[in-house]
Amino acid sequence: MKANPRDVNAGVYYIDGDVASGYGALAAGCRFIGGYPITPSTEAAEAFARIAPQSGAMFIQMEDELASIASVIGASCAGVKTMTITSGPGYSLMMETVGFGAMLEAPFVILNIQRGGPSTGSPTKIGQADMMQSRWGSHGDYEVIAISPDSPQEMFDYTIKAFNLAEKFRCPVMIMSDECVGHMTEKVVIPPADEIALEPRRFYKGAKDKYLPFKPDRDLVPKIAKAGDGYNLYITGLTHDERGYPILNQKSNIKNQISTTRRLVDKIKLNKDKIIELKEEEIEDAEVIVVSYGISSRVAVQGIELAREKGIKVGSLRLVTVWPFPDERIAELAKNVKAFVVPEINYGQIVFDVERCSHGKANVILVPHGGAGVHTPEDVLNAIEYAAKEKRKVEGIIEWKTKLEKLIFEKGCKLTE
Amino acid sequence: MEAVKTIGSNEVAHPMEHLLRMDRIPHIWCPGCGIGTAVTAFAAALEKAKLDLDKVCIVSGIGCTGRVAGYVKLDSFHTTHGRAIAFATGITLGNPKLKVVVFSGDGDLISIGGNHFIHAARRNINMLVICVNNFIYAMTGGQVAPTTPLSAYTTTSPFGCVEPPFNIPYIADSSGAVYVARWTVLHIRRLTNSIAEALNKPGFSVIEVISPCGMYYSRINKLGDGLDMMKFYHDNSEIKHGEDTKNLDIGFQTKITVGKFVDRERPTYTESYNKWLSEVKAKEKLRK
Repeated sequence: MKANPRDVNAGVYYIDGDVASGYGALAAGCRFIGGYPITPSTEAAEAFARIAPQSGAMFIQMEDELASIASVIGASCAGVKTMTITSGPGYSLMMETVGFGAMLEAPFVILNIQRGGPSTGSPTKIGQADMMQSRWGSHGDYEVIAISPDSPQEMFDYTIKAFNLAEKFRCPVMIMSDECVGHMTEKVVIPPADEIALEPRRFYKGAKDKYLPFKPDRDLVPKIAKAGDGYNLYITGLTHDERGYPILNQKSNIKNQISTTRRLVDKIKLNKDKIIELKEEEIEDAEVIVVSYGISSRVAVQGIELAREKGIKVGSLRLVTVWPFPDERIAELAKNVKAFVVPEINYGQIVFDVERCSHGKANVILVPHGGAGVHTPEDVLNAIEYAAKEKRKVEGIIEWKTKLEKLIFEKGCKLTE
Repeated sequence: MEAVKTIGSNEVAHPMEHLLRMDRIPHIWCPGCGIGTAVTAFAAALEKAKLDLDKVCIVSGIGCTGRVAGYVKLDSFHTTHGRAIAFATGITLGNPKLKVVVFSGDGDLISIGGNHFIHAARRNINMLVICVNNFIYAMTGGQVAPTTPLSAYTTTSPFGCVEPPFNIPYIADSSGAVYVARWTVLHIRRLTNSIAEALNKPGFSVIEVISPCGMYYSRINKLGDGLDMMKFYHDNSEIKHGEDTKNLDIGFQTKITVGKFVDRERPTYTESYNKWLSEVKAKEKLRK
């Protein structure tokens, strides 16, 4: 299925990542965005609100983030493609209903432009510390898909991909961007509609009286029906059977609890190969691999180049899809490399999964950052140099001390510096 | 209503079984509870209103009344606590051809979901809100609610409720609802007519239904069981159509004013949005 020309503002633009994502949403066929203003994500909402009328789409500014995410899932149940746009505190507020959406298997997208936290933190500055929250922020067992673009062009492209994945796997899809990518202005090429492939909704087409809303297809994803089509849908956040009915007696409850949560997890886990997208560079003979995502991968590029100039064989593995995590690929690479270097703007989130998957075969070095700024290429370079030199196998995660942290904590940086 | 059908020698079909999910009966409500009566009135009103039932959705939040969506044979949505109205806003904006009914309790709609209630009223989103008010959080075992009358006992106000309660019709009225009524579950015929009327009214309508909670509210306050509460409603309800919603406070065992208080016209959100959209499009054409 191709995009509708009415939805695609084809052309070459000089726009920021937020705006590119708003354009991407409309091009993907999004018809409803419920959102609440929050820095640094508002530009995406503004962009969508401006262009929505050309397609008869709607942006509504809801009263809060709780309402935004609930309205988005409601509209998804009414049969339209939906997204919400948020950041930091707003993302935290949405979490309960994210789990509800996962339980309903409603297709929807959340754009999170990560900012410095915790709490109000640094609203106008970068952070990458919501990565674990994106995976398990709501209570209970479920899996999501999370994508981390690193440029305005990717914000456009991967917003479309996020919608496609949401339709295909009927799960929450998070665009885990960050303030730097969101506010970075670059050239963005919006292709004509016939070059944009879209995933249609998996509507049920069989006999009405035979429909079971939660009976999975072979790929573990059930067919969907929308409100108003005469199916007498029963949709609940309670643990339910294939009819959607909550089961109250003890024996069936255990059976349904296990089969429901197992499938919500497995439909992502077992379809990993269809979901995961990685960008690998010079990985074949690498002795050190930099694993990065979002803005950190842009910063790492120069560090990697500097290291190569010094003769270190260093490769790059970019997690375009962060969740589900590429366990097998990391494990395979761990057998042949000395170390992984993981720069991220937090004190260790994705690095834990890198360590877990390397099974003690390679050193794992975290290059942390507290937020409100990005790493310097030298930080990445220094960590790579150390990684190449280190002869011991070090257990656990090695935390690299960045220049900035040394300055602040060891040399007693004064406020005026 | 259809005549009662006889299936077997001694099995009699429920006259409303085409509107209910009979495979989910028996329901979870306690003896003496008024929610079932409110559902009966709703089912009767659905028939009276002559709507295409395929185009009617019912949305509930969490709580005793939150279970209503699961017993009614419509497109039913049992959502998260407090978010029924926000979720229903999404449905009705996603497909404006649907009539959405939010059927939930006082705690769900007025406490945790209070913000959505006033904003949906302000926007005049096309939906009917049926709010069953039993003065208490019943599902969790009888805790104090923002509707608990002053001085009434609950498990978390063991020395009497010290907070003044919300007057639901007054909030609805002042936030912009186009139709506001209040009945008790004793007023079945009037409640049914009111729901049928509101179902055919475009915009944000609110019907408060006062209901006994024999298990918690009336037990802890030593007011007897559900039947005693019905007797109380019988003796203490006053029908005052068009009464100023300011005067509708409910105190502990005071008179309860019921009736239809507000019935006015305002453009719905969808009407305003579509009008605006066509104006924008016309302007853009002129510019070209």
